[in-house]
Amino acid sequence: MWINRQKKLRNAGVLGLNERNVSYISRYNKRENFPLVDNKLKTKKAAAAVNLPVPELLGVIESPAQLKRLPALLNDQQSFVIKPARGSGGKGILVVNRREGEHFFKPSGALLTHGAIRHYVSNILSGVYSLGGKPDVALIETLVIGDQLLGKYSHEGLPDIRIIVFKGFPVMAMLRCPTSDSDGKANLHQGAVGVGLDITRGTALKAVQNDEIISHHPDTGVKFSDLAIPDWPQLLKLAGHCHDFTALGYLGCDIVLDKDRGPLILEVNARPGLFIQIASGIGLRPRLQTIENLVQKDWHVDERIDYVLSHFSVNPSK
Amino acid sequence: MSSRAQVYLLALVFISTGLGLTLYKNRALSFPLSPGSLTRVWEIEAKISFWANQQAITVDLALPQSQHDYQVIDETFASSGYGFDIRKNDEQRRAIWTRREAGGQQTLYYKLKITQQGTEALQIEPPNPSTAPDKLIWTPAQEATAATLIEQARALSADPNSFATQLLKLLKQHESIKGSHSLNDPRNRVSQANLALQLFKRAELASHIVRGISLVDRVHNQAATELIEVFDGRSWHIVDPVAASFGLPEAFFIWQRGGDSLLQLEGGRRSKIRFSLIANDLPAKNVALMHVQDPDSTLTDFNIYSLPVEKQAVFKLLLLVPIGALVVVLFRVLIGIRTSGTFMPVLIAMAFMQTTLLTGVGLLTALVIVGLWIRSYLSQLDLLMVSRIAAVLIVVVMLMAVFSVVSHKLGLEQMLNMTFFPMVILAWTIERLSITWEEDGAREVAVQGIGSLTVAIVAYLAMTNALVGHLTYNFPELLLAVLGIILLLGQYSGYRLNELFRFQSAVE
Repeated sequence: MWINRQKKLRNAGVLGLNERNVSYISRYNKRENFPLVDNKLKTKKAAAAVNLPVPELLGVIESPAQLKRLPALLNDQQSFVIKPARGSGGKGILVVNRREGEHFFKPSGALLTHGAIRHYVSNILSGVYSLGGKPDVALIETLVIGDQLLGKYSHEGLPDIRIIVFKGFPVMAMLRCPTSDSDGKANLHQGAVGVGLDITRGTALKAVQNDEIISHHPDTGVKFSDLAIPDWPQLLKLAGHCHDFTALGYLGCDIVLDKDRGPLILEVNARPGLFIQIASGIGLRPRLQTIENLVQKDWHVDERIDYVLSHFSVNPSK
Repeated sequence: MSSRAQVYLLALVFISTGLGLTLYKNRALSFPLSPGSLTRVWEIEAKISFWANQQAITVDLALPQSQHDYQVIDETFASSGYGFDIRKNDEQRRAIWTRREAGGQQTLYYKLKITQQGTEALQIEPPNPSTAPDKLIWTPAQEATAATLIEQARALSADPNSFATQLLKLLKQHESIKGSHSLNDPRNRVSQANLALQLFKRAELASHIVRGISLVDRVHNQAATELIEVFDGRSWHIVDPVAASFGLPEAFFIWQRGGDSLLQLEGGRRSKIRFSLIANDLPAKNVALMHVQDPDSTLTDFNIYSLPVEKQAVFKLLLLVPIGALVVVLFRVLIGIRTSGTFMPVLIAMAFMQTTLLTGVGLLTALVIVGLWIRSYLSQLDLLMVSRIAAVLIVVVMLMAVFSVVSHKLGLEQMLNMTFFPMVILAWTIERLSITWEEDGAREVAVQGIGSLTVAIVAYLAMTNALVGHLTYNFPELLLAVLGIILLLGQYSGYRLNELFRFQSAVE
């Protein structure tokens, strides 16, 4: 029975974690390029340096001594996000979306004081959320206000789009929608919905929550089949650029759609997960191999997008 | 050469070297591949340490002899800068180390190998009564107390044996009462056995001291155990002066019967003798050869056996660590079990080896659950992380102390070994699990916790397996083969077992 299952997965071109690690991450991602993407502050600066849009940085707290600058930094802000520079897998992100004087509120309505925020930042600095407990720095960013169009596919939080980029070619994409189960986070393990997207059009292929295929958002009740991401080629191009400025061969790039500024790069991941295959119902390997077998040349980002648009379309699902 | 080819080549070299050497040792040196048909050989190392006074030094150590059920098959002495001689009189052999002048800390070693020879009863030939110790000088009050104890014991007993038992019990009772007139001089204390001998001498019961060691594998720095032999008119009987029970304890090697002291030192002070033990299961054939052959032959030359016993015991454990690592790699790469901390399960498995499995699992679960509970309270206190982890660490240590005391009172001795749990790593694990709880929910904590425990248990089972222990210790070159396998697994790009289920919905 196991042999059968294995054969089925292999025929469908599903990529396993071992193969991802051995054949793609360790082969195409040079160790020296990891620090850039493992540190969100560095990623943000590198992206901004080549004029790629990123959420606006309000300030950085680098040491406990700088904690006293916090009230001044937050003074004019009605809403903001605090995140650790080295948090892995979206760990340690604090969202404040409303403020009344000295009272700050999380999207869930929970109240925070200045003291609580200060303690939260000091926890980040001591490395609670970073890999191996290394000392870290805290980033304070403006809160991205999500695009209206995608808002209905999300509960409380902000949906983001994960695009797998191989050698600069966007090969697979999904939309991650927060639910009440996931507590407003776009974390698939906690019950956020993963919606596989047609890489050529930005339309939904299927939606999966907790390994179950669903058709409507569990909180908002909106049908996923009508979903279409606006400005899709623009997003693909942004993803393609991620390869150029990070020099990573195999990466996952997370993009959010801001109401006013359009697509913004949230972060780049050098070890993107494989859930995207479940959300799309497609295996990654055939596409990766197609790219591997392409003519070796200096592909311009527009050429790469054109290639993807013309080669990776999925037969329209029912 | 591509990296993949290098890995295959290296793995091939490692595996074939490992297996080849193993095969050679098996064929040419007749090391058996299975632990069966082996003779247990105990290596006992006596470490004598003392502080030399910058003058002529004589160290005089009583040596054991082949006796009833144990046979001495080899002995070695290590003592750089010392003259050495063995003196024999009819009763005993004694090793004498001498040196004109030395100062500072000195260490001498005496190492012997013994093997069990059937289970004959203890040979009882009455040793010379003159080996009894001299009388200690007691105050009149102490003499009176002794006389009372002897009188009471005599009234409560029927023959020399029961007299000895009663006297030992009375002595123990007497000495345990604080403030009573102790028979022991507080400035120059002697052991319970010596005290008992003094009483026996005053009661004119022929008796002498018996010193020996309990044969327990992988024990360091054990002190000699003192027993007493009493003569009931026909034969000698061994009695434990503390437990007041007759009979030779299980697995007990007698070092010295009678005689005034185990170790005598002139020209130094603070002398101390400590024993380290290790059990080796050697092929019966080789043990037989060792009786006639020089011990430093091919068999022992390129072997862990040539290390000092203390280090051998450490290596016996260390050589099992790669097996634990292999289990971890297999579980993560082939099965895909998530654990909290990559090699934490190996450390836990090593702790289990000291506590036994069931107690270990129980203790660990209790420690982690209580630790998580306390951590959840600490997180409300807004502490800095380092302080918080240190606080959890202290709580873990205190919990261990409490568990130890409680279990000791309940008579669960193996729980006392819980100090082998890696405390700092435990505190970190608690911190990580608690963050995982906050960020990913209780389910993820359960998955990682159970995953870690499963891997630890399997690693424990592999590491305590008699065959595995035998192979890693007698054929350390097999580690090369393990290394080769791990290199190969590092290149494995097939599906993990859990992925066969996880990705099922992707293909349907």
